[in-house]
Amino acid sequence: MIPRQFEYHAPQTLPEAIALLQKYGDTAKLLAGGHSLLPMMKIRFAEPEHLVDLGKLAELRGIRDEGNELRIGAMTTENDLIWSALVQEKCPLLVEAARLIADPQVRYKGTIGGDISHGDPGNDHPAIMLALGASLVLQGSGGERVVAADDFFIDLFTTALEPDEVLTEIRVPVPAAGTGWCYAKLKRKTGDFATAAAAVLLRMKGDTVEDVSIALTNAGATALKAREAEDSLRGDKLNDAAIAEAARQAMSICDPVEDQRGNVEYKTAMSGEMTQRALRTAHERAAT
Amino acid sequence: MANKHTVSFKLNGNAVDVVVEPRELLIHTLRERLAHTGPHIGCETSHCGACTVDLDGASVKSCTVLTVQCQDAEVLTIEGIEQDGKLHALQEGFTEMHGLQCGYCTPGMITRAYRLLQENPNPSEEDIRYWMAGNLCRCTGYQNIVKAVQHAAEKMSSAQA
Repeated sequence: MIPRQFEYHAPQTLPEAIALLQKYGDTAKLLAGGHSLLPMMKIRFAEPEHLVDLGKLAELRGIRDEGNELRIGAMTTENDLIWSALVQEKCPLLVEAARLIADPQVRYKGTIGGDISHGDPGNDHPAIMLALGASLVLQGSGGERVVAADDFFIDLFTTALEPDEVLTEIRVPVPAAGTGWCYAKLKRKTGDFATAAAAVLLRMKGDTVEDVSIALTNAGATALKAREAEDSLRGDKLNDAAIAEAARQAMSICDPVEDQRGNVEYKTAMSGEMTQRALRTAHERAAT
Repeated sequence: MANKHTVSFKLNGNAVDVVVEPRELLIHTLRERLAHTGPHIGCETSHCGACTVDLDGASVKSCTVLTVQCQDAEVLTIEGIEQDGKLHALQEGFTEMHGLQCGYCTPGMITRAYRLLQENPNPSEEDIRYWMAGNLCRCTGYQNIVKAVQHAAEKMSSAQA
């Protein structure tokens, strides 16, 4: 399977990349790791006339410690995240999620920025970004803007990115010490998208939930922040009944698409189950 | 020359130049232009790993890499794994431990395991299963592939000691 014809551009600097996007508008697509885009181009789900390869832009790859914030270049690969002692120390949720993405070869190429910008609700980083309250740095011809993850994911394959903008950096607030975390993902096999998955950050005070963040993968047209589920937990004791109620609240916002991974009822139930499992594991990992 | 690019890279240590359309996939360049038919075409959808090659120190599925992305790259295929006519410890391991039956997945398996052992010379069985999970085999049930990688890891570490 071979994609249709297109022109290939390999800019050496970010301004060059933005200029190419300005010139070619929505006939251009950015190429990051290519492991979502190239398969889509093979089957003609995507038919860009121009590919702008970000692979030469070394400044977009790497992880910086800014104290209470991690700044992750958009071209940082999944394996870079997995092998980063810094990310493991400051934000193990990101490592746990990256380890569950695709397979080893894909993780050498696949990037956090590509995973986020693609706008596929089956990708894992969008829910992780929502759970973490991350912000995304977008650079375009009009300069730089910083968009909260909450405002970035608009619809299926639709994000806040303008045609001439590049996601350059992901800013992740470091969770407070003692925060529990978990990304619980159900998939049929290595390399598959999630049937359902839930990301949880949990801060406890004794046996009471001080704060909690829950986000769902592949349960709707975008990753979903389960706000009602969070509200139902905050300030209360975390017991079986509270976890079951949170799962019910999370399921109430699910609107998955039936496919070979299951029907709507099954996927919704699994979103609830993943929410429960992620809450329990996060609880075990949280300081009291 | 309409929409063609000259791409120069190193293939198993030797400089090569190819002239390709942007849409040409690395696996086709390797097999059809450069006569390196060790990397196989399996699924063409980046699932099976039969086309795995080493690209700048990373295992990649060459069905999902454009040749134009490989300018100045170092590419290693199964053809470059043996040195001076002597089988690599992994090739010996796959032979000794019966790590293959039909052999279709084997070039991808060995090329992937090569990078794994560069990164983690002493992997546990769990490590091997996790970090080899991008390569499918329909014959062996994987047991002997794991043993083959372990065999190679032991041989390589004892050679270094």
